[in-house]
Amino acid sequence: MSVSARTKAASAAVAVALLTGACGGSGAAEDDGPYDPDAPVTLTLGLFGTFDFDNAGLYEEYMELHPNVTIKQNTVAQSAPYYKSLQTRLAAGSGLDDIQGLEIGFIADVVANHSDAFVDFGAEDNADELEGNFYDWKWGQASSKDGKVVGLGTDAGPEAMCFRKDMFEAAGLPTDRTELGELWSTWDKYLDVARRYDESPTKPADSAFLDSPASIFSASVYQGETAYNDEDGNPIPEESDGVESAWNYASQAAAEGLTANLSQFGDEWVAAFPNDAFATIACPAWMLGYITSQMGEDRAGEWDVAPLPGSSESAANWGGSWLGVPSSGKNVEAAKDLVEWLTAPEQQVKLFTRTGHFPSSPQAAEDPAVVGHVDEFFSGAPTGEIFGQSAAAIKRTPIGPYDTQIQEAFTTALTDIASSGTKPDDAFEDAIKATQQAVGG
Amino acid sequence: MTIASQSPAEALVAAPRPPAPPASRPPARRRRRKLSQNRWGYAYVAPFFLVFAAFSLYPFAYTAWVSLHRTSLSDIDGGTWVGLENYRNLLQSEFFWNAARNTLTIGVLATVPQLCMALGLAHLLNYKLRGRTFFRTVMLMPYATSIAAATLVFAQLFGRDYGLINTALEAVGLERIDWESGTWSSQFAIAVIVTWRWTGYNALIYLAAMQSIPGELYEAAEIDGASRWKQFLHVTVPSLRPTILFTIVVSTIGAVQLFGEPLLFAGNGTTTGGSSGQYQTLGLLMYQQGWSNFHIGQAATTAWAMFMIILLVVGLNAVIGRLRARADR
Repeated sequence: MSVSARTKAASAAVAVALLTGACGGSGAAEDDGPYDPDAPVTLTLGLFGTFDFDNAGLYEEYMELHPNVTIKQNTVAQSAPYYKSLQTRLAAGSGLDDIQGLEIGFIADVVANHSDAFVDFGAEDNADELEGNFYDWKWGQASSKDGKVVGLGTDAGPEAMCFRKDMFEAAGLPTDRTELGELWSTWDKYLDVARRYDESPTKPADSAFLDSPASIFSASVYQGETAYNDEDGNPIPEESDGVESAWNYASQAAAEGLTANLSQFGDEWVAAFPNDAFATIACPAWMLGYITSQMGEDRAGEWDVAPLPGSSESAANWGGSWLGVPSSGKNVEAAKDLVEWLTAPEQQVKLFTRTGHFPSSPQAAEDPAVVGHVDEFFSGAPTGEIFGQSAAAIKRTPIGPYDTQIQEAFTTALTDIASSGTKPDDAFEDAIKATQQAVGG
Repeated sequence: MTIASQSPAEALVAAPRPPAPPASRPPARRRRRKLSQNRWGYAYVAPFFLVFAAFSLYPFAYTAWVSLHRTSLSDIDGGTWVGLENYRNLLQSEFFWNAARNTLTIGVLATVPQLCMALGLAHLLNYKLRGRTFFRTVMLMPYATSIAAATLVFAQLFGRDYGLINTALEAVGLERIDWESGTWSSQFAIAVIVTWRWTGYNALIYLAAMQSIPGELYEAAEIDGASRWKQFLHVTVPSLRPTILFTIVVSTIGAVQLFGEPLLFAGNGTTTGGSSGQYQTLGLLMYQQGWSNFHIGQAATTAWAMFMIILLVVGLNAVIGRLRARADR
């Protein structure tokens, strides 16, 4: 055998080794006999953003109750990169944690395409009891068509309308949250208030009534019978009543220049909070903490919280997460126990009172500790009560795997109306095209 | 005048050029013996090619394979065979042509001023200046800055409400510009980031080539009464032609692959490249298809289309360079 041929063979062998090494990995765990709840075990949680189980002291509490359990958490800051890596790990069938966080943005994709990869909580012995712990829409969003439940709910994002009391006062608008809730009982009336603000000669200079047309759109779209999908989770943005009315309100606000036209979560949007650039923003419960940190604690009393327009008929939810247990894990039983404990109503109450995550369990939301909660930064608004009423009025709107992309297509088109003066009808066409591009493939 | 072909600058910089015809072709038998004599040479280069095969050739072929499927990010190896459908859809997609157009205009906006400025800067730095090393180091600093850091700073400069540039414009009585939402303004802003980052790098390459131009040429030109500008035009630039061709090729490849700047310029992580896709480049489109919309087959198709465009542009460059060289001869 000549040297060159030998090197060739060796190089091929190395290449093969490299490739298979990258793609292989551990498969499903072997059955290690019956589950022993007292055996020492280390459980890992793969999470994103801030679930705050650690900050609320829940891990320590669980480890005290179960001295054999050690809990470790791996956190990624943003949910989008988290989901990308979760997808590649699901595809490879390896690298998964014992417990994985699942978010509203991709739970529908997990339900539709990866329900086999997760433990089915609907098939547990105590499934009925578990189901009773959650709002029907929360349970439903994690359920597949054939009844599999891929995860248990942690927090939820019922929406309200946050407003700047001081700026309202300057513009000569009422500042009482109950009065405002009645004044903008519908989105049409909300737009009327916006016009009043816009025409006010005494409003703070260069300020707009709301941050972005997306604020209206992404709240209002979930108040319809359907949002982006039909009952089976197929995208139908052109036929949806939720999209139609949300587009109607948001495009009016965009075209009439009632918004500051900031793209939400962009740098300028973040900078706009302390700079008094807008007077209202549709706020899910989790955004309160965000607003507080953007403004700085010393500016307490400037913001307040009122009910979301149209919420007497139907409320809206933005965000929220679940915990799922990958069925290929080594410690499935122990992981299930931890998930059931972390998502139980008592723990959800603690999570709300300690770190402000609103419960996805009606028992927790109706707990006196939650109902009686007031937020001093938001002028002492009874946030527990306001968000609790909102959560109870949320409809079970079907969700789908492409909601995030479709919503982005619409909010982008709304930005285009506001910044470039594109006609709303043309912008709608653009949004539909972008939707088709996102969904089709 | 054929200074270019005699200049040692060519040897200094790895510029693509037509291979020189071998002086005399050695007999075939001798060549074969040489091959086996060099066995250790092959052994030494083998690791590179192994790594190359694993990390370049394999992904390359794999991308081509994926591009023939309709498949999602979480199921890359699954998916259904669709043949060339992805390519047909791509060519019919207005998003692709929009991105191609933007890539071209941002590429021209960024590359042309960048290379002209680099040439001018190199010419200035070629003079005997006090603190020359300092200036040369400073010039390379933007290149050493990460794209993310640079773009974040620039995105703030170009901010609509709180950006420094708009504040300055307003201070001198001009109107604020919504940089991000306009087509030309956003593309200009992105071109500025690219230019800032790469001008110094290209200037150093030019400078290196300039320093190998023999001084006698300039002396001779001076005796003939050529001004500094004439010397630059008729001595420096022709001597640098292979180097210029090299920088054009490299910048073109960079321009076609432009991705980080438009992604970060948006400021909120969206991949649409502005509210009407006004600064979505091909690289950003590919990322949107694959990692925002999870259609990995489409993304692979776009990747291959980008590769073809690069081949085409570089090929055109080489042909033009060869034709010019022939015309000079």
